[in-house]
Amino acid sequence: MTTEPNGPTDQYSIETKDLCLWYGDFQALIQVRVRIRQGIITSLIGPSGCGKTTLLRCFNRVNERYGNVTTTGDVRVLGKNIYDEDVSLPELRKAVGMVFQRPNPLPISIYENVAFQLKVHAEPGSLSKRERDQAVESALKEVLLWDAVKDSLHKKATGLQLEEQQKLCIARLLPLKPQVILMDEPCSALDARGTEAIEDLMSVLRERYTIVIVTHNMAQARRASDECIYMLLGRIVEHGPTLDVFLRPNHKDTENYVEGRYG
Amino acid sequence: MNWRLLGERAIETLIRVCGVSAIVFVFGIFVFVLKEGWEFLTHRLDLVQFFTSIEWRPTSPNDPTYGALALLAGTAAVTAVAMAIAVPFGLGTAVFVSEFCRPRTKEALKIVIELLAAIPSVVWGFIGITLMNVTVIAVTGAPVGVNVLNSGVILALMSMPIIVSIGEDALKAVPDHFREAAESLGATRWQVVYKVLFPAAKNGLLAAVLLGVGRAVGETMAVLMATGHSIRMVFDSEPPVLHVLSPARTLTATIAAELGEAPKGSDHYQALFVIGLLLFAITFAINLAADLIVRGIRKE
Repeated sequence: MTTEPNGPTDQYSIETKDLCLWYGDFQALIQVRVRIRQGIITSLIGPSGCGKTTLLRCFNRVNERYGNVTTTGDVRVLGKNIYDEDVSLPELRKAVGMVFQRPNPLPISIYENVAFQLKVHAEPGSLSKRERDQAVESALKEVLLWDAVKDSLHKKATGLQLEEQQKLCIARLLPLKPQVILMDEPCSALDARGTEAIEDLMSVLRERYTIVIVTHNMAQARRASDECIYMLLGRIVEHGPTLDVFLRPNHKDTENYVEGRYG
Repeated sequence: MNWRLLGERAIETLIRVCGVSAIVFVFGIFVFVLKEGWEFLTHRLDLVQFFTSIEWRPTSPNDPTYGALALLAGTAAVTAVAMAIAVPFGLGTAVFVSEFCRPRTKEALKIVIELLAAIPSVVWGFIGITLMNVTVIAVTGAPVGVNVLNSGVILALMSMPIIVSIGEDALKAVPDHFREAAESLGATRWQVVYKVLFPAAKNGLLAAVLLGVGRAVGETMAVLMATGHSIRMVFDSEPPVLHVLSPARTLTATIAAELGEAPKGSDHYQALFVIGLLLFAITFAINLAADLIVRGIRKE
């Protein structure tokens, strides 16, 4: 018997079933059922407050930082329900990395930022300094930041320009090869040039990583994603190939939103 | 109309006077202390003896000596013991209060810690003489229970509140997105604390420690009661050891104990004011350092 490398369940990086989430009494996600394909860029769009960021933050359970969150249902990442009792959060977050709206490099050096996960997750002493240096270098090269920072690796990361900071925030996810990269409006703090740079980077990283991006910028969703999910009031309204969602939406709500009639 | 304007002016002036008065008072106290010890300091005090001799015999009829080294060492020893206890405990408490405990525990803890700060120092001295005295003898087998260790523990408890509250402020000032970033990278809560918060808040934490040191150096009544008040050199240089079970005497306690007996204007009286100046200089330097460090944070 041979196992198919891309069996039907392996094609999806994230699958949710009956996912509901409450902030206190307010239900922010209602019966969300979604399957996100592996190795492509999926965008989450919808008006403010529709739950898209909340949904994204469920995928690595970073929502739970706030005490009053209740989650029910399943979220399967590569076949494993991440809300099971035996799931270790550090392991989950190693597999599912996140890029935030405002670039948030840690207030330590550029090098230490990229090596942070290696140090947090690896057994002490299991990785030589040389191996670590190489991992840092290749991560920074992958995000096209190496040439700009190679002479200032030990300077504080918080001193970089915003665009560089955001690239660094992506680079620091790479040394441990995550399966999924979540991006929460990663360009909203950047200018047009920075936005373009990050989008170019996303297309480079595509295929090696599954990318889910929340965006307010519909043009960005349209040009930078393969599939698109439209959400409204905590529910998924539509999910399909991006061009279909934009050009041939099945729902009136989707059509109104993508045409800019509200939101 | 004119009256209202006048009232406005008067109140403005009053507020200005209040603001400036702090400077006037500090400066005034310094000038007063300096003036009282000036003549002795400039004419008869042997500064080399003052800083290197352990012979503090100001009342000797034939040959009074003014060596403050043992007193300085006493202050240093008691402060060092206090900080060895208060810094890890204080910063630990600050981390617990700011990062780990639930809001309710946090409120309760903060109230208790403030209460700790409100206990009068003479009450601490009282605890030193009675409870701590017995405990130190029972635990260490020392012949005398009022010693460096005893007052170090008391001072540690007295300087904890300031370390905790300034340290907590420093941790609270670290923006939450740093914690979020580190957690989303898979760091555990403890890793977040020592890999992210400590580096981010290091200036504030250092300032907290320095203010704790300042508190310990300046404390008088509790150490007067709990050190045993005997002039002894508590440090040995060969080999270097600190005798924590030896009684000692501090700079502050010396002033408090002797000033009442020294005839006004006598050499002894003036020598005590010179000690006051020394204390002034030490605490001023510590507070200034803490202040500059805190300012450093703001600039970042």
